[in-house]
Amino acid sequence: MTTLAVTVNGETRRIPGPASLLDLLAQLGLDPRTVVVEHNRVIVRRPRLGEVALADGDAVELVHFVGGG
Amino acid sequence: MTGTLAPATLTDAPLAIGGRTFRSRLMVGTGKYRSNADMVSAIEASGAEVVTVAVRRVDLDRTREEGVLHHLSPDQYFLLANTAGCYTADEAIRYARLAREAGFNEFVKLEVIGDRETLLPDSEGLLLAARTLVREGFQVLAYSNDDLITALRLEDAGCAAVMPLASPIGSGLGLINPFSIRTIKRRLQVPVIVDAGVGTASDACLTMEQGVDGILMNTALAEAAEPVAMARAMGLAVEAGRLAYLAGRMPRREVAVPSSPTRGMLE
Repeated sequence: MTTLAVTVNGETRRIPGPASLLDLLAQLGLDPRTVVVEHNRVIVRRPRLGEVALADGDAVELVHFVGGG
Repeated sequence: MTGTLAPATLTDAPLAIGGRTFRSRLMVGTGKYRSNADMVSAIEASGAEVVTVAVRRVDLDRTREEGVLHHLSPDQYFLLANTAGCYTADEAIRYARLAREAGFNEFVKLEVIGDRETLLPDSEGLLLAARTLVREGFQVLAYSNDDLITALRLEDAGCAAVMPLASPIGSGLGLINPFSIRTIKRRLQVPVIVDAGVGTASDACLTMEQGVDGILMNTALAEAAEPVAMARAMGLAVEAGRLAYLAGRMPRREVAVPSSPTRGMLE
Protein backbone atom coordinates (compact mmCIF):
# COMPACT_ATOMS: atom_id res chain seq x y z
CA MET A 1 0.00 0.00 0.00
CA THR A 2 1.33 3.35 -1.03
CA THR A 3 -0.20 6.80 -1.04
CA LEU A 4 -0.61 9.08 -4.02
CA ALA A 5 -0.67 12.87 -4.02
CA VAL A 6 -3.43 13.83 -6.41
CA THR A 7 -4.77 17.31 -7.07
CA VAL A 8 -8.56 17.14 -7.12
CA ASN A 9 -10.44 20.31 -8.06
CA GLY A 10 -7.37 22.36 -7.24
CA GLU A 11 -6.67 20.79 -3.82
CA THR A 12 -3.94 18.26 -3.19
CA ARG A 13 -5.15 15.10 -1.47
CA ARG A 14 -3.33 11.99 -0.36
CA ILE A 15 -5.16 8.87 -1.33
CA PRO A 16 -4.27 5.20 -0.85
CA GLY A 17 -2.89 3.59 -4.00
CA PRO A 18 -3.12 1.92 -6.34
CA ALA A 19 -6.38 3.63 -7.23
CA SER A 20 -8.44 4.18 -10.36
CA LEU A 21 -10.57 7.23 -11.07
CA LEU A 22 -13.59 5.17 -10.06
CA ASP A 23 -11.90 4.41 -6.72
CA LEU A 24 -11.28 8.12 -6.22
CA LEU A 25 -14.96 8.91 -6.81
CA ALA A 26 -15.95 6.19 -4.35
CA GLN A 27 -13.58 7.61 -1.72
CA LEU A 28 -15.11 11.04 -2.22
CA GLY A 29 -18.63 9.62 -2.02
CA LEU A 30 -19.53 10.74 -5.54
CA ASP A 31 -21.88 8.90 -7.87
CA PRO A 32 -20.07 8.57 -11.23
CA ARG A 33 -23.36 9.25 -13.03
CA THR A 34 -23.53 12.76 -11.58
CA VAL A 35 -20.04 14.03 -12.42
CA VAL A 36 -17.83 14.50 -15.44
CA VAL A 37 -14.19 13.58 -14.89
CA GLU A 38 -11.18 15.26 -16.44
CA HIS A 39 -7.85 13.51 -15.80
CA ASN A 40 -4.71 15.52 -16.62
CA ARG A 41 -6.85 17.69 -18.96
CA VAL A 42 -8.32 14.68 -20.76
CA ILE A 43 -11.99 13.77 -20.32
CA VAL A 44 -12.47 10.19 -19.19
CA ARG A 45 -15.81 8.65 -20.10
CA ARG A 46 -17.81 6.84 -17.42
CA PRO A 47 -17.24 3.28 -18.69
CA ARG A 48 -13.47 3.83 -18.53
CA LEU A 49 -13.26 5.33 -15.04
CA GLY A 50 -12.35 1.97 -13.52
CA GLU A 51 -9.59 1.39 -16.07
CA VAL A 52 -7.64 4.61 -15.61
CA ALA A 53 -5.10 4.34 -12.79
CA LEU A 54 -4.06 7.42 -10.83
CA ALA A 55 -0.39 8.33 -10.59
CA ASP A 56 1.40 10.55 -8.12
CA GLY A 57 1.04 14.20 -9.18
CA ASP A 58 -2.04 13.71 -11.36
CA ALA A 59 -4.62 16.48 -11.66
CA VAL A 60 -8.28 15.57 -11.65
CA GLU A 61 -11.24 17.88 -12.22
CA LEU A 62 -14.71 16.77 -11.17
CA VAL A 63 -17.47 18.95 -12.56
CA HIS A 64 -21.25 19.02 -12.74
CA PHE A 65 -24.06 21.38 -13.71
CA VAL A 66 -24.98 24.25 -11.42
CA GLY A 67 -27.42 27.12 -11.79
CA GLY A 68 -26.40 29.57 -14.51
CA GLY A 69 -27.72 31.86 -17.20
CA MET B 1 -65.11 36.62 -32.36
CA THR B 2 -66.79 33.21 -32.10
CA GLY B 3 -67.31 31.35 -35.33
CA THR B 4 -64.37 32.97 -37.12
CA LEU B 5 -61.45 30.89 -38.30
CA ALA B 6 -58.11 31.60 -36.66
CA PRO B 7 -55.87 33.64 -38.97
CA ALA B 8 -52.70 31.96 -40.19
CA THR B 9 -50.62 34.09 -37.80
CA LEU B 10 -52.21 32.30 -34.83
CA THR B 11 -50.57 29.05 -35.87
CA ASP B 12 -46.90 29.97 -35.58
CA ALA B 13 -44.28 27.38 -36.53
CA PRO B 14 -42.40 26.07 -33.48
CA LEU B 15 -38.91 27.35 -32.77
CA ALA B 16 -36.39 25.06 -34.49
CA ILE B 17 -32.65 25.12 -33.69
CA GLY B 18 -30.03 22.63 -34.82
CA GLY B 19 -32.59 20.09 -36.00
CA ARG B 20 -34.73 20.21 -32.85
CA THR B 21 -38.00 21.98 -32.22
CA PHE B 22 -38.94 23.60 -28.96
CA ARG B 23 -42.35 24.32 -27.48
CA SER B 24 -41.53 27.79 -26.17
CA ARG B 25 -39.70 30.79 -27.57
CA LEU B 26 -38.68 31.73 -24.04
CA MET B 27 -35.51 30.19 -22.64
CA VAL B 28 -34.54 30.72 -19.02
CA GLY B 29 -31.46 30.48 -16.84
CA THR B 30 -31.18 28.74 -13.49
CA GLY B 31 -28.76 31.08 -11.70
CA LYS B 32 -29.12 33.53 -8.83
CA TYR B 33 -32.52 32.46 -7.50
CA ARG B 34 -33.07 33.01 -3.79
CA SER B 35 -34.00 29.36 -3.41
CA ASN B 36 -34.20 26.22 -5.51
CA ALA B 37 -37.94 26.10 -4.87
CA ASP B 38 -38.25 29.62 -6.34
CA MET B 39 -36.21 28.54 -9.36
CA VAL B 40 -38.28 25.45 -10.08
CA SER B 41 -41.61 27.25 -9.67
CA ALA B 42 -40.49 30.19 -11.80
CA ILE B 43 -39.24 27.96 -14.61
CA GLU B 44 -42.53 26.06 -14.54
CA ALA B 45 -44.52 29.30 -14.65
CA SER B 46 -42.44 30.64 -17.55
CA GLY B 47 -43.44 27.76 -19.83
CA ALA B 48 -39.83 27.51 -21.02
CA GLU B 49 -38.47 24.23 -22.32
CA VAL B 50 -34.83 25.26 -22.81
CA VAL B 51 -33.09 25.84 -19.49
CA THR B 52 -29.47 26.96 -19.22
CA VAL B 53 -26.98 25.55 -16.73
CA ALA B 54 -23.31 26.24 -15.97
CA VAL B 55 -20.40 23.80 -15.57
CA ARG B 56 -18.52 24.11 -12.28
CA ARG B 57 -16.37 22.06 -9.96
CA VAL B 58 -18.20 19.68 -7.63
CA ASP B 59 -17.95 20.93 -4.08
CA LEU B 60 -16.02 18.14 -2.40
CA ASP B 61 -16.75 19.35 1.14
CA ARG B 62 -20.51 19.47 0.46
CA THR B 63 -20.66 22.85 2.13
CA ARG B 64 -22.05 24.69 -0.84
CA GLU B 65 -24.86 24.13 -3.32
CA GLU B 66 -25.46 20.71 -4.82
CA GLY B 67 -25.91 20.24 -8.55
CA VAL B 68 -28.87 21.83 -10.31
CA LEU B 69 -30.03 18.41 -11.51
CA HIS B 70 -31.13 17.62 -7.97
CA HIS B 71 -33.94 20.06 -8.64
CA LEU B 72 -34.63 20.02 -12.38
CA SER B 73 -35.43 16.86 -14.28
CA PRO B 74 -33.57 16.48 -17.58
CA ASP B 75 -36.64 14.59 -18.85
CA GLN B 76 -38.79 17.66 -18.39
CA TYR B 77 -36.43 20.33 -19.71
CA PHE B 78 -33.87 20.68 -22.47
CA LEU B 79 -30.60 21.44 -20.69
CA LEU B 80 -28.49 24.00 -22.50
CA ALA B 81 -25.03 24.15 -20.94
CA ASN B 82 -23.22 27.47 -21.12
CA THR B 83 -19.55 28.41 -21.03
CA ALA B 84 -20.22 31.39 -18.74
CA GLY B 85 -17.16 32.72 -16.99
CA CYS B 86 -14.79 31.80 -19.83
CA TYR B 87 -12.49 34.52 -21.09
CA THR B 88 -10.60 32.65 -23.82
CA ALA B 89 -11.59 30.37 -26.69
CA ASP B 90 -9.55 27.49 -25.21
CA GLU B 91 -11.29 27.77 -21.88
CA ALA B 92 -14.73 27.87 -23.49
CA ILE B 93 -13.91 24.83 -25.64
CA ARG B 94 -12.80 22.93 -22.54
CA TYR B 95 -16.04 23.75 -20.71
CA ALA B 96 -18.16 22.84 -23.75
CA ARG B 97 -16.50 19.44 -24.01
CA LEU B 98 -17.04 18.77 -20.30
CA ALA B 99 -20.68 19.81 -20.64
CA ARG B 100 -21.26 17.49 -23.57
CA GLU B 101 -19.75 14.64 -21.60
CA ALA B 102 -22.55 14.98 -19.06
CA GLY B 103 -24.48 13.23 -21.78
CA PHE B 104 -27.63 15.27 -22.32
CA ASN B 105 -27.16 16.82 -25.76
CA GLU B 106 -24.68 18.35 -28.17
CA PHE B 107 -25.94 21.92 -27.72
CA VAL B 108 -23.84 24.59 -26.08
CA LYS B 109 -24.50 28.24 -25.32
CA LEU B 110 -21.07 29.56 -26.15
CA GLU B 111 -19.86 32.55 -24.18
CA VAL B 112 -16.39 34.01 -24.50
CA ILE B 113 -16.32 37.13 -22.39
CA GLY B 114 -13.96 39.98 -23.19
CA ASP B 115 -14.31 42.34 -20.27
CA ARG B 116 -15.03 41.87 -16.57
CA GLU B 117 -16.92 45.10 -16.06
CA THR B 118 -19.38 44.87 -18.94
CA LEU B 119 -19.23 41.10 -19.55
CA LEU B 120 -19.41 41.93 -23.25
CA PRO B 121 -18.45 39.12 -25.64
CA ASP B 122 -14.98 38.84 -27.17
CA SER B 123 -15.92 38.43 -30.85
CA GLU B 124 -12.52 37.14 -31.88
CA GLY B 125 -12.40 34.44 -29.20
CA LEU B 126 -16.04 33.62 -29.85
CA LEU B 127 -15.44 32.96 -33.55
CA LEU B 128 -12.37 30.90 -32.82
CA ALA B 129 -14.19 28.72 -30.29
CA ALA B 130 -17.30 28.48 -32.50
CA ARG B 131 -15.32 27.12 -35.45
CA THR B 132 -13.64 24.45 -33.33
CA LEU B 133 -16.83 23.37 -31.58
CA VAL B 134 -18.83 23.21 -34.84
CA ARG B 135 -16.09 20.99 -36.26
CA GLU B 136 -16.45 18.73 -33.22
CA GLY B 137 -20.16 18.31 -33.90
CA PHE B 138 -21.57 20.76 -31.37
CA GLN B 139 -24.73 22.75 -32.02
CA VAL B 140 -23.36 26.15 -31.07
CA LEU B 141 -25.62 28.95 -29.85
CA ALA B 142 -23.27 31.90 -29.72
CA TYR B 143 -23.78 34.73 -27.22
CA SER B 144 -22.73 37.74 -29.27
CA ASN B 145 -22.62 41.49 -29.43
CA ASP B 146 -25.50 43.14 -31.27
CA ASP B 147 -23.18 43.55 -34.24
CA LEU B 148 -24.25 42.40 -37.69
CA ILE B 149 -20.78 41.51 -38.94
CA THR B 150 -20.01 39.32 -35.94
CA ALA B 151 -23.42 37.68 -36.30
CA LEU B 152 -22.82 36.98 -40.00
CA ARG B 153 -19.42 35.48 -39.25
CA LEU B 154 -20.86 33.28 -36.53
CA GLU B 155 -23.46 32.06 -38.99
CA ASP B 156 -20.71 31.37 -41.55
CA ALA B 157 -18.81 29.46 -38.87
CA GLY B 158 -21.76 27.08 -38.70
CA CYS B 159 -23.45 28.21 -35.49
CA ALA B 160 -26.95 26.79 -35.01
CA ALA B 161 -28.19 30.11 -33.62
CA VAL B 162 -26.81 33.54 -32.87
CA MET B 163 -27.68 35.17 -29.56
CA PRO B 164 -27.13 38.93 -29.68
CA LEU B 165 -27.54 40.79 -26.41
CA ALA B 166 -30.38 43.22 -25.69
CA SER B 167 -28.03 44.90 -23.17
CA PRO B 168 -25.28 43.66 -20.82
CA ILE B 169 -25.79 40.47 -18.78
CA GLY B 170 -27.71 41.12 -15.58
CA SER B 171 -28.19 44.82 -16.37
CA GLY B 172 -31.95 44.81 -16.88
CA LEU B 173 -31.56 47.77 -19.24
CA GLY B 174 -33.83 46.24 -21.84
CA LEU B 175 -33.48 46.42 -25.60
CA ILE B 176 -30.91 49.15 -26.22
CA ASN B 177 -30.64 48.87 -29.99
CA PRO B 178 -33.77 47.57 -31.73
CA PHE B 179 -32.32 48.60 -35.10
CA SER B 180 -29.27 46.32 -34.67
CA ILE B 181 -31.41 43.40 -33.57
CA ARG B 182 -33.83 43.86 -36.51
CA THR B 183 -30.92 44.08 -38.93
CA ILE B 184 -29.32 40.90 -37.56
CA LYS B 185 -32.64 39.08 -37.76
CA ARG B 186 -33.26 40.27 -41.31
CA ARG B 187 -29.81 39.21 -42.55
CA LEU B 188 -29.36 35.82 -40.84
CA GLN B 189 -30.81 32.51 -41.92
CA VAL B 190 -30.20 30.78 -38.58
CA PRO B 191 -32.44 31.57 -35.61
CA VAL B 192 -31.72 34.74 -33.65
CA ILE B 193 -32.30 34.43 -29.91
CA VAL B 194 -31.84 37.64 -27.95
CA ASP B 195 -29.88 36.87 -24.81
CA ALA B 196 -29.27 39.08 -21.78
CA GLY B 197 -30.44 42.47 -20.62
CA VAL B 198 -34.19 42.01 -20.57
CA GLY B 199 -35.53 43.51 -17.32
CA THR B 200 -39.28 43.28 -17.39
CA ALA B 201 -42.19 42.07 -19.51
CA SER B 202 -42.36 45.13 -21.78
CA ASP B 203 -38.67 44.59 -22.67
CA ALA B 204 -39.44 41.00 -23.66
CA CYS B 205 -42.49 42.01 -25.68
CA LEU B 206 -40.65 44.80 -27.48
CA THR B 207 -37.77 42.43 -28.26
CA MET B 208 -40.07 39.80 -29.74
CA GLU B 209 -41.83 42.50 -31.77
CA GLN B 210 -38.56 42.98 -33.65
CA GLY B 211 -39.16 39.55 -35.20
CA VAL B 212 -36.47 37.57 -33.41
CA ASP B 213 -37.01 33.85 -32.84
CA GLY B 214 -36.78 33.82 -29.08
CA ILE B 215 -35.34 35.29 -25.88
CA LEU B 216 -33.12 33.88 -23.15
CA MET B 217 -33.26 35.52 -19.73
CA ASN B 218 -32.21 34.77 -16.18
CA THR B 219 -31.76 37.75 -13.85
CA ALA B 220 -35.11 39.32 -14.78
CA LEU B 221 -36.80 36.32 -13.21
CA ALA B 222 -34.33 35.48 -10.43
CA GLU B 223 -34.15 39.05 -9.11
CA ALA B 224 -37.83 39.93 -9.44
CA ALA B 225 -39.54 40.43 -6.08
CA GLU B 226 -41.90 37.62 -7.15
CA PRO B 227 -40.04 35.39 -9.60
CA VAL B 228 -43.01 33.14 -10.32
CA ALA B 229 -45.27 36.06 -11.23
CA MET B 230 -42.54 37.63 -13.36
CA ALA B 231 -41.96 34.30 -15.09
CA ARG B 232 -45.61 34.10 -16.04
CA ALA B 233 -45.52 37.73 -17.21
CA MET B 234 -42.46 36.98 -19.35
CA GLY B 235 -44.10 33.92 -20.89
CA LEU B 236 -47.12 36.02 -21.84
CA ALA B 237 -44.95 38.91 -23.07
CA VAL B 238 -42.92 36.65 -25.34
CA GLU B 239 -46.12 35.23 -26.81
CA ALA B 240 -47.69 38.67 -27.12
CA GLY B 241 -44.63 40.13 -28.80
CA ARG B 242 -44.36 37.23 -31.20
CA LEU B 243 -48.03 37.48 -32.13
CA ALA B 244 -47.83 41.25 -32.57
CA TYR B 245 -44.84 40.77 -34.87
CA LEU B 246 -46.69 38.17 -36.95
CA ALA B 247 -49.81 40.34 -36.97
CA GLY B 248 -47.87 43.22 -38.54
CA ARG B 249 -48.15 46.49 -36.71
CA MET B 250 -49.80 49.63 -38.14
CA PRO B 251 -47.52 52.25 -39.62
CA ARG B 252 -46.20 55.03 -37.42
CA ARG B 253 -47.53 58.46 -38.41
CA GLU B 254 -46.61 61.85 -37.09
CA VAL B 255 -50.18 63.12 -37.52
CA ALA B 256 -53.43 61.98 -35.97
CA VAL B 257 -55.99 60.03 -38.00
CA PRO B 258 -59.46 59.95 -36.45
CA SER B 259 -60.83 56.54 -35.51
CA SER B 260 -64.49 57.67 -35.64
CA PRO B 261 -66.30 58.84 -38.81
CA THR B 262 -65.79 62.50 -39.64
CA ARG B 263 -69.08 62.48 -41.54
CA GLY B 264 -72.47 62.38 -39.86
CA MET B 265 -71.62 64.96 -37.23
CA LEU B 266 -74.51 67.10 -35.92
CA GLU B 267 -74.87 70.55 -37.49
